[in-house]
Amino acid sequence: MKLSQIAEILEAEYLCGKERCDMEIESICGSDLMSDVMAYVKEGGMLLTGLIHPQVIRTAEMMDISAIVFVRGKKPDENIIKLAIEKNIAILSTALPMYQACGRIYSASTGEGKT
Amino acid sequence: MSDDIGAFLTLHYVIPGDLMAAGEASSSVRNKLIQLGVSSQKVKKAAISMYEAEINAVIHAGGGEAFVYIKPEKIVIVLEDHGPGIPDIEQAMQEGFSTAPERIREMGFGAGMGLPNMKRYSDRLDIKSEVGKGTTITIEVDI
Repeated sequence: MKLSQIAEILEAEYLCGKERCDMEIESICGSDLMSDVMAYVKEGGMLLTGLIHPQVIRTAEMMDISAIVFVRGKKPDENIIKLAIEKNIAILSTALPMYQACGRIYSASTGEGKT
Repeated sequence: MSDDIGAFLTLHYVIPGDLMAAGEASSSVRNKLIQLGVSSQKVKKAAISMYEAEINAVIHAGGGEAFVYIKPEKIVIVLEDHGPGIPDIEQAMQEGFSTAPERIREMGFGAGMGLPNMKRYSDRLDIKSEVGKGTTITIEVDI
């Protein structure tokens, strides 16, 4: 599924990285615990999280995660966005809570997206 | 240091006790390994192990120092801190065991996954710790 399709499904806005909305997202994970992301996420892809902290971007960098969606309408501060731009990571924000965001993508992906 | 023998690249970092900046050393090592053409799987193993160790040094010891030796056959990462030390290493290695304060949990860490993750992603992990003196973590990832 393309990043642009996911953005549409989640009614999300881009905070950075919109120019790469054509990228293919092959794996998606939802978590607020960065250590779990590092323990269990096998491939890069996308992370959904409600956690706003520079360490979310660092974790994504280490895991080769290329896009992050902040759920529950959370918006990171400028420093976090700057770090994401530097690391070439797209950032989106959706008003949906985590459960609904994951549910919508899961339904739309019809088994194509892995956890 | 004896770990230096046979290393074609040695890197040294001072890790400040700053939670916002934690991970900068690991990020720099990751970039260096990518530049050197190390496979992405091995880069990820080294980067994640070091990142968890770096976070731990910041959380528990207010920072420390990292020495990274990149050799033809392996990457050796040594993290030294002068923090409180680990009284019971076996207990600290258990998933879910944590002594991290709430403010650390709020940044997505401190759930007792740091040391288990280092073990999971490294090929060899050595922990030397003395209560009241500090901890030295040695992570090896084969190339």
